[in-house]
Amino acid sequence: MKVTKKKIALTVNGETYEKEILPSKSLLDFLRTDLNLTGTKEGCGEGECGACTVVLDGRLVDSCLILAVEADGTEIQTVEGINPKGGLHPLQKAFAEMGAAQCGFCTPGMIVAAKYLLDHNPSPTPAQVYKAIAGNLCRCTGYGTIVDAILSAARK
Amino acid sequence: MPRSGRLKLKPMKSFEYFAPHTFKDAASLLLRYGSKAKLLAGGTDLNLRLERRVVDPGVVVDLKKIRALRGIKLNRQGLTIGALTLMDEIASSPSIKARYAIIADAAAVVGSIQTRNRATVGGNLCNASPAADTAPALMALAARARIASSRRQREVSLEEFFLGPGKTCLQPNELLKEIFIPSPALRSGSSFLRCTRTAMDIALVNCAVFLSLASKREVISDIRIALGAVAPTPVRAGPAETFLTGKIADRDAIEKAAELAAAGVSPIDDVRSTASYRREMVRVLTRRALEEALNRARGKRTNEG
Repeated sequence: MKVTKKKIALTVNGETYEKEILPSKSLLDFLRTDLNLTGTKEGCGEGECGACTVVLDGRLVDSCLILAVEADGTEIQTVEGINPKGGLHPLQKAFAEMGAAQCGFCTPGMIVAAKYLLDHNPSPTPAQVYKAIAGNLCRCTGYGTIVDAILSAARK
Repeated sequence: MPRSGRLKLKPMKSFEYFAPHTFKDAASLLLRYGSKAKLLAGGTDLNLRLERRVVDPGVVVDLKKIRALRGIKLNRQGLTIGALTLMDEIASSPSIKARYAIIADAAAVVGSIQTRNRATVGGNLCNASPAADTAPALMALAARARIASSRRQREVSLEEFFLGPGKTCLQPNELLKEIFIPSPALRSGSSFLRCTRTAMDIALVNCAVFLSLASKREVISDIRIALGAVAPTPVRAGPAETFLTGKIADRDAIEKAAELAAAGVSPIDDVRSTASYRREMVRVLTRRALEEALNRARGKRTNEG
């Protein structure tokens, strides 16, 4: 069977894009290679680690488990769009100040998941923070400072 | 382009992609492509298998644009959940939490937030993993799968729906439209429990119990015990149910029923657990779930969990 490219139109960080892509391309690859938004990382590629976390139509999702064609007509926010005003988001500042990034590979996913938490619950308890980042793995195991940074950003 | 460290033998092969807006269009695509087509719901299982080339379909039919397949409806007869309803929508639905709480409990432990924001109940069932968390909860509540093709509709119990690991009774031209759960009796209670190594892991064993008590007496009038990850499909614990029906569930009766449940399963050894540990956990979870369901049935006039 002849496989045809599909045209998709979607909004990423407030900008509209129209592209032709193969249906087999993941949203993660599309963001990184077609849109050059390389803040979103590929860790496990199977929905365990959350390094590829983005917000799609208001829901926190793993972009590695979504086909780019499935994102046709949707609105996406990546770590690059976390602060529409530009500069660092309070969460990013808190992560930097508290040393919440070691190798840094999980950090974009952590920031996006943390922002999703604070958008829904501006003053979370530590237990709520643990739950909110349960889908984001830090292989450096630097969870203590990550949780501290999220709680500190919530207080600001 | 080389990708990150993980081993990738072959790149994902592309396929033809359709995203119909109506059930009718989806059904005619299935009629046209039959077993060459794979149905796509949330994609948390299928997209991974496409990427690993465990499946290699010529055609993928994405059902997410069909609005009629998504949503939760409650009426006097019972609860209807559209196949494309998200795990997160189920876990946070007030109508499900009020009278069908174990379905919400089961949906709430599937994967991470990211997974529950994408995975659907229909996908969880059609993927037919023996360890699927929503399956025992739905089975314990006597859920029915409503299946349709372009030509006909039919309804089957979940016991009939699952045929084996990854296998359901769906024909190539059929799709799962919705799940119907009959309204639970008064003086009933239920419980969903599972055993995992870590929070995000797939269940070693999961267990759901529904029971109702005869009016003004402590005698069990109806009971359903469903177990997951201990057989090729989610299964009912028939001998344990028969043993408890018509009895007063005291400590000895519950212990005996839990032993019957453990004796009746056929677990395997795998990376998550040994078969003998799974069998022991069936005994423990069945006992605890029976106790919890019983307490809930005694404590409340309606089933709130």
